[in-house]
Amino acid sequence: MALLEVEGLVKHFVAERSLLGRARSHVKAVDGVSFSLEAGKTLALVGESGCGKSTVSRLVLRLIEPDAGSVRFNGRNLLSLDADALRKFRREAQIVFQDPYASLNPRMTVGQILTEPLALHNLIPSAKRRERVAELLRLVGLEPRLARRYPHEFSGGQRQRIAIARALAVEPKLIVCDEPVSALDVSIRSQILNLLRELQDRLGLAYIFVSHDLAVVKHIADRVAVMNLGCIVEEADADALFAQPRHPYSRALLSAIPLPQPHAKRAKVVLQGEIPSALNPPAGCRFHTRCPFVIDRCRTEVPALSADRAGHATACHRVNELPPADTILAVTDGFSPTLAKLIAAFSRKTEGANPTGVGIQSARPTTT
Amino acid sequence: MSAGPLIEIKDLRIRFHGDDGRITHAVDSVDLSVANGATLGLVGESGCGKSVTSLAIMGLLPKQSSEISGAIRFDGFDLLKTADQTLRDLRGNRLAMIFQEPMTSLNPSFTIGDQIIETILRHRGGSRKGARDRAIALLRRVHIPSPERRIDDYPHKLSGGMRQRVMIAMALACDPQLLIADEPTTALDVTLQAQILELMRELKAASGAAIILITHDLGVVAEVCDEVAVMYAGEIVERAPVDELFSAPQHPYTVGLLGSIPRLDRRAEQLATIEGMVPNMAQPPAGCRFAARCPFVLEACTKAPPPLVEVSPGHVSRCIRAPLELVVS
Repeated sequence: MALLEVEGLVKHFVAERSLLGRARSHVKAVDGVSFSLEAGKTLALVGESGCGKSTVSRLVLRLIEPDAGSVRFNGRNLLSLDADALRKFRREAQIVFQDPYASLNPRMTVGQILTEPLALHNLIPSAKRRERVAELLRLVGLEPRLARRYPHEFSGGQRQRIAIARALAVEPKLIVCDEPVSALDVSIRSQILNLLRELQDRLGLAYIFVSHDLAVVKHIADRVAVMNLGCIVEEADADALFAQPRHPYSRALLSAIPLPQPHAKRAKVVLQGEIPSALNPPAGCRFHTRCPFVIDRCRTEVPALSADRAGHATACHRVNELPPADTILAVTDGFSPTLAKLIAAFSRKTEGANPTGVGIQSARPTTT
Repeated sequence: MSAGPLIEIKDLRIRFHGDDGRITHAVDSVDLSVANGATLGLVGESGCGKSVTSLAIMGLLPKQSSEISGAIRFDGFDLLKTADQTLRDLRGNRLAMIFQEPMTSLNPSFTIGDQIIETILRHRGGSRKGARDRAIALLRRVHIPSPERRIDDYPHKLSGGMRQRVMIAMALACDPQLLIADEPTTALDVTLQAQILELMRELKAASGAAIILITHDLGVVAEVCDEVAVMYAGEIVERAPVDELFSAPQHPYTVGLLGSIPRLDRRAEQLATIEGMVPNMAQPPAGCRFAARCPFVLEACTKAPPPLVEVSPGHVSRCIRAPLELVVS
C-alpha cells in the first residue's frame, strides 16, 4: 500500500464576492489532482508560478481544506479526522517552507524552536529534550552549541538546516518540501540537496518536493508530476520523464532551462504568449493557448490523464502523434574531461577534510 | 567592432562606511573591459560585489556612505570623475540598466507609456507625439502584443514577464551603447526567462550594444555571454572566454560552483559542495580570500593575496596553483 494516496483533489478559492457575500468568481487553484507516493520515495511537483503546486502540498497536510477529493495517509482518510486525530497525524507529516528567513520565529532560540514540537507532542521527557535537540542539530550538520543562538545569527543555508531539523523532531514519515532551495545561493543549494538525500537514505523519509526548477528535481526525485493551471499534465518515473518527456508542456519546461554548457546542441521550444489566468482557465486542454501542436479538438475537449503500462501518464490528445523529444534533450555529457577531473578532485578533498560534510567556522550571517 | 574597449574599469575599489563606523570592503581591485557588441557575464553569489560594481558604473551609489577609487573609462569619460549633470545625460541614454525586480522598478502611478516617453523626451527632445510613436515601436520591438493599446496601461495591469519587457524597452529607448542587466530573469518563470533571453540575443544582434549581464545562474551565462568574470568576496577570481570557463576553469571557486549546480545534462549521485562561509568583509583575510574553503590550499595561499595570472591568452585566474590541471594529474 502506498504511504499517501490522493484522489481527485479540488480547491477553488473565492476571488470576488458580491455585495451580499455570494461568491462571484473563483480561482481554480487545484482542479482534480490524483497521485500516490510510496514510503521512502520522493515525488516532485513541478510547474510555473500559479500552477497550484504549493496549494496541493498544503491540501495534502490539511493545512487548508479541499473542496472535493480525498487524501489517504497510511490507509486513513485525513479529511475525516477530528482535531485530536489530526494533531496525531502532524507527527507523521511535516513541512519545510521556501523562505528560511520567514519560517523561523525570530524571538525563539534554535533550542526553543526545536524543543517546541517535542513538547507539543509530548514525545520526550523534559529532562532529555536538550539531548534530543543536540542530536537533531548534529543530524542536519550543525554544532549542538548553536542551540543557544537566535535565527538572525545564521545564514540562509543554516536556517534551512534548522527548519529541516524542526521537521525531523517528531520523526515524521513524510516531509513536504516547498521550494526548499529556491531562496539559497548555488553552493549552499547543493549542500541542502545533499543533506535531504542523505536524510532520506538514513531515515527512510518520503518527500513531496515542490519546485519550479527541473534541474533540481532531476537530482532528487523518483517520480515527477508536472502541473499546469491546477491539473497534472504528465506523471512518470523521473528517469522516464527526463529521458522521454511526452506532454508538450513538459517538453517546453525542459527545453527552457539554460544548460551550463556553451553551444549545447539542442532545439528550443520557446512558448509564445502568457500563462493564462487560473481565474478563467481556457476551455478544453488548459495548455492549448500556448501549445505548438494544438488542434481543434484541444480547444473543446479536456484530455484525460491516462497511463501506459510502465506507469507513464500523459494528458494530451496527440500524445501518440508528437515528434520524438530527442532534439530538445542535451546530447552530450555536460562535463568536459578536464572539468570532470577537477570537480572529482575538488569533492574528494573537501570530503576528506570534513567527513560530516558540513563545516561551521562561524555562525555569523554572510548574506547581504 | 572598434579597436579599443567600449568600457574599461581599472582598479575599482568600493568601501562602505557603516553607521557603527565599520568599513566593509565591497569591491577590491576590479579590472574589467567590454568591447563593442560583446556580452560579459558577471557571476557570483550574494554579496560578492557584482551588483555594487554595476551601480558604480551607473553612478548610483550613495555619495555619503561609499568611498570609490579607481577609474571607469567609458567613451572618453572617466565616469567616476564626471560631473553629475553629465552623468545624468549619459544615464538612460548611452548607458542603460535593467533591474531584477520589474515589479518595483516601474512607477505604479504612471502609465508605461509615460515612463518610456519621459526617457525619450529627456534625452532626445522632439515632440510628445513623436516620442509616443517611438515608444509604441519600442514596445513592438520587445514583442508586447497590441502596443498601441498597452502603452496606456499602468504597470499593475501587466504580468511579470510583460513588465520586464517594458523595462527592456525603456532601457533601449535611446539606443544605448552599454546595457547593464542585473539578474534580468531571476524573478521570472523558466518559460518567460527563455523568452526574455531570446529577446536579449535578438536585440544584441540588431543593435550591436555591449551588454554586462549580472547573474548567479551559470546556465544563463553559457547561453548568452561571450566572456565571463567570476567574482568572490569583492574580487574577480577568474576571467575567461565562455567556452574555456566551462570546459577548463582555472580557479577552485569556479570549479566548486560548476560542480555544485544540479544539471539536466547529467545526474550526479552527490553534488560538489563548497564548505565553510564567505569571509567577513569588514576584515578581509590577509591571503587568498577563498583559502579557508579551498581544497587545494597551500600554506603560501594564506600569506599574501594572490595576483591575477594569465593562464592562457584571455584567461586569467587569481590562484597561485593555476593551471589546475597540473594539481589534479
